[in-house]
Amino acid sequence: MNPRYVPLAATVAIFLAAYALCFLQYPNMLSTRVIGNLLTDNAFLGIAAVGMTFVILSGGIDLSIGSVIAFTGVFIAVVLENTGLHPLVVFMLALGIATLFGGVMGAIIHHLEMPPFIVTLAGMFLARGMAFVLSIDSVPIKHPFYAVMKGFYYRLPGGGRITLIGGLMLLVFVLGILIAHRTRFGANVYALGGGVQTARLMGVPVARTTIEIYALSGFLAGLSGIVFSLYTSAGYSLSAVGVELDAIAAVVIGGTLLTGGSGFVGGTLIGILIMGLIQTYITFDGSLSSWWTKILIGLLLFGFILLQKGFLYLSKNKRRFA
Amino acid sequence: MNALKSHLLRLAPQIVVLIAVVLLISLAFPDFLTLQMQNGRIYGSLIDVLNRGAPVALLAIGMTIVIATRGIDLSVGAVMAICGAVAAASITSGHSLVYTLALALAVGMLCGLWNGILVAVLDIQPIIATLVLMVAGRGIAQLITEGAILTFNHPGLIFIGSGSFLGLPMPVVIWLAFGVAITLLVRRTALGMLVEALGINRRASTLSGVSTGVLLIAAYILSGLCAAIAGVIAAADIKGADANNAGLWLELDAILAVVVGGNSLLGGRFSIAASLLGAMIIQAINTGILLSGFPPEFNLIIKAAIIVLILVVQSPRVRDLSAWFGRSGSREAAVKQEAK
Repeated sequence: MNPRYVPLAATVAIFLAAYALCFLQYPNMLSTRVIGNLLTDNAFLGIAAVGMTFVILSGGIDLSIGSVIAFTGVFIAVVLENTGLHPLVVFMLALGIATLFGGVMGAIIHHLEMPPFIVTLAGMFLARGMAFVLSIDSVPIKHPFYAVMKGFYYRLPGGGRITLIGGLMLLVFVLGILIAHRTRFGANVYALGGGVQTARLMGVPVARTTIEIYALSGFLAGLSGIVFSLYTSAGYSLSAVGVELDAIAAVVIGGTLLTGGSGFVGGTLIGILIMGLIQTYITFDGSLSSWWTKILIGLLLFGFILLQKGFLYLSKNKRRFA
Repeated sequence: MNALKSHLLRLAPQIVVLIAVVLLISLAFPDFLTLQMQNGRIYGSLIDVLNRGAPVALLAIGMTIVIATRGIDLSVGAVMAICGAVAAASITSGHSLVYTLALALAVGMLCGLWNGILVAVLDIQPIIATLVLMVAGRGIAQLITEGAILTFNHPGLIFIGSGSFLGLPMPVVIWLAFGVAITLLVRRTALGMLVEALGINRRASTLSGVSTGVLLIAAYILSGLCAAIAGVIAAADIKGADANNAGLWLELDAILAVVVGGNSLLGGRFSIAASLLGAMIIQAINTGILLSGFPPEFNLIIKAAIIVLILVVQSPRVRDLSAWFGRSGSREAAVKQEAK
């Protein structure tokens, strides 16, 4: 097997084994209802994680995702409350702002040559602060169009539903996979992750690609914010705190190398599903407390980092003796 | 004398900014500068700034050293929560104050040891290595407090959060003393220089005989210890351990304090005093915003603006540009000298 696929295969194997264990204990886990809910409940995280996958593949990091989700949610809620604009128009505005926001961060990272970590940290503070300025309270969304959108779903055999947002997440993942592997932009992202200097020598437009990567991440965070506002029917500036960490964890568990350059968008989907599965199991069990979710995700993260290290170590040795 | 002068020169931007911020606030609120003695204790907004800034100042001490090694410690907020929970659990189950404090500090150092081993031995990027404990840490803290807010009323432990010593609140005394102690430790021995060498080029310093692995682990243990002290203070201040909110996002404030202190995120030269001044600048701005009646949410926007400003100043491009201006200036001076 191509060594590139080892981390991904490990992720898939762990997911299947974990699902089998859950199924043995609670046969209901395999029902389409549970699967449908798994997709719906993790839709906003999944969409944001696709953006994070591109950022990490390029060797960067984006800490502003959670704040951008919160900002988008509050923005939509406040605009819908105070103006007569149609939600679709407001969505376009929100996506535009989020994309621009990401693009500016990318420009700062490239042109000021600063670490992405600190630039997106500033972005995180700024987006959260802007959300607070728009509204401190939770603003409910009562627009009839929201009820219409919530009514869209595909009924699976067995009573499960793939809701609009669950389906949107799957669509984003499919598009993400296509962009990563079938476009020039995707190839440029992988090249940047392999090393900026080599990428530049290969003729990759480093400035444009960096800005595009963070703009894409901003766009997907904005989309995730729209999904989150559909999911909760409200905009609240304190929501989605720490989503960036969950997204990073999902990307790592999905088998993407944190140093960039190697990984798969599809792996992130499995990472999201594993995290969702842990949460579902804890809900099914009922006696386990919710804080076990955090500890288990932390352990899983640690396990995958170790796996990556071992894998890198092995591949280095192989090269040395070859 | 020369050493003192160069030291003051290094701290000058931070001192000027701090004085400017304090002056600006006191222009709008003359009460800001008044200090009162009451019951053998000094009261006033300035003391409040020192007191409220204690956790971030403590975290900034450890963070400075970790950042100087070219690392970062994201887990300090979670470690604060763990240590606060440990201290509260230990004191409520009837252990003595000394045992409780020793246990809490030991747990903090253990957390640091874990981070250090991940970074130094397993060679994992610091952001990711400490992310593990950041994610899992709050869960562990909740496991200790069993999901509730553990309250206690042991006078000795509460004294650490709200008592006073020589007229100053206890947290202020602790962070000042700890800051001075660590500064002396790294500057009166070769440790500080070795840390800087490690941060600039780990391979070179390993080859020249520095045991970089031990030094790296020690840096993270120090950061864990700082987080433990901050965690105990935060718990003692509210007379309870809140696993969900203790130290939440303080790691970012601590990193911001280090950056405001003019330390490079790329490792190397560091100054603990500058980071502490940075922490006080942030806290003074916080207090100023609260006093001015603006919603506290403006804090975040101001913090973002500060980061962007520092980024621009620190950016290699801008530095090249200013170096170019500086050089052409001195060249003109040299030409003038020759003309004479």
